[in-house]
Amino acid sequence: MNDQTIALILDSLGPLLRATVTSTIPLTLISFVLGLVLALGVALMRLSSVRVVSALARLYISVIRGTPLLLQLFIIYYGLPALGVRFDPFPAAILAFTLNVGGYAAEVIRSAILSVPKGQWEAASTVGMGYVTTLRRVVLPQAARTAIPPLSNTLISLVKDTSLASTIQVTELLRVAQEAAAPTYQFFALYGVAAVYYWVVCLALSFGQSRLEERQNRYVAA
Amino acid sequence: MSETPKTPAPQTGPLVSVSGLAKSFGDHEVLRSIDFEVMPGSVTVLIGPSGSGKTTVLRSLNALDVADAGVVRIGDVEVDFARRPVTKRQVADLRAQSGMVFQSHHLFPHLTVLENVTAGPVLAQRRDRAEAVAEAKELLRLVGLEEKADAYPYQLSGGQQQRVGIARALAIRPKLMLFDEPTSALDPELVGEVLLVMKDLAAQGWTMVVVTHEIRFAQQVADQVLFMDGGVIVERGTPDEVLTRPRTERARQFLHRILDPLD
Repeated sequence: MNDQTIALILDSLGPLLRATVTSTIPLTLISFVLGLVLALGVALMRLSSVRVVSALARLYISVIRGTPLLLQLFIIYYGLPALGVRFDPFPAAILAFTLNVGGYAAEVIRSAILSVPKGQWEAASTVGMGYVTTLRRVVLPQAARTAIPPLSNTLISLVKDTSLASTIQVTELLRVAQEAAAPTYQFFALYGVAAVYYWVVCLALSFGQSRLEERQNRYVAA
Repeated sequence: MSETPKTPAPQTGPLVSVSGLAKSFGDHEVLRSIDFEVMPGSVTVLIGPSGSGKTTVLRSLNALDVADAGVVRIGDVEVDFARRPVTKRQVADLRAQSGMVFQSHHLFPHLTVLENVTAGPVLAQRRDRAEAVAEAKELLRLVGLEEKADAYPYQLSGGQQQRVGIARALAIRPKLMLFDEPTSALDPELVGEVLLVMKDLAAQGWTMVVVTHEIRFAQQVADQVLFMDGGVIVERGTPDEVLTRPRTERARQFLHRILDPLD
């Protein structure tokens, strides 16, 4: 590696870090949080005894899981303007990732809710709790234990999926690396730096996952 | 001629009336026309072979199982199950009348013992937290577990878990306590501590309906014993009548089997 390459890497560290902090991480976190809220709604719809409601949820999950994320992104950013709906790149990316997380996490949340024994619903009901209170105070806290590992997977995948937003002009980590590499042809060096940044973010999230799992295990026998 | 002023009659009638209760699961008729009454302050014990419908009777009293037909009245709440649809409101009203103790306790594993007991009063009934905590501690003392208030359910023995279950059910201040085979899932040496708590409650005047195989408990504590088989009440009466001098062959055989299983 010559001095020129090293200088380029050093020069890129700041801009790539900035892209990570101002774009990749917010994109991930905002989409994930909104996606979880959506997913909870979809999961509850999917569990509904009203057939139409459950079928709608099933259709949604099927479409999200059955089409490429890149295509979903293109439809929102390049396709919707044909219908007169126009988004800036960043909101378009947030919308696409939110909808995507909503589909995947819905199935995780649904199965986690189903993993809570029926007796818990019955016991809650006999002490007077209604559906919402039971869900909030009894079922979801227990479902969380089951859901945290697969939801962490979804989150970590999402960190890397945000790189797809580079294709719709979002100046996130990968795009900044591309822009820096293109004029110099130092692809290996700059993509390498980008890879390290993605990896570090994912490491931090994995660490957070372990802490969360430990916390959740406080009420079960070892 | 002067009229004597009318005074409201004291509540001397039954606290619980059940009539014509029927229930099928698919093709299987679990209950056919069950009738009985429970006087305030009395203990009713339901016995019978497994599959006889006794648990379904108990679970119909709080509509965990929704009967196909029949009327259940507890206090001034009455639900006619033949009149469809039975609304959520009706189910909730009926369910609020009783406290339920489950065979496998169903404590909330993510909550401490104290939080389990205050769950009903605080999360559902929206009573004052400080008052509910004080009352919960009193109930834990009653079941002999005040020092376990901050433990999680998994840290307790089966008998202790079941006693917390009793305290949790009492905490909603029910009119009636329902017990669904409360000692069936316990190791034999833990059965006594649970039955003793139940005996205490009976002595304090709690109205109780108990599904159990503990014949000695029934003999000592019950005011009324209902022997069920095949979805009907085959015999009813005092413990002495039903357990000591059963009239039917079915009851005799059942009692013989559980009292002398090797014979």
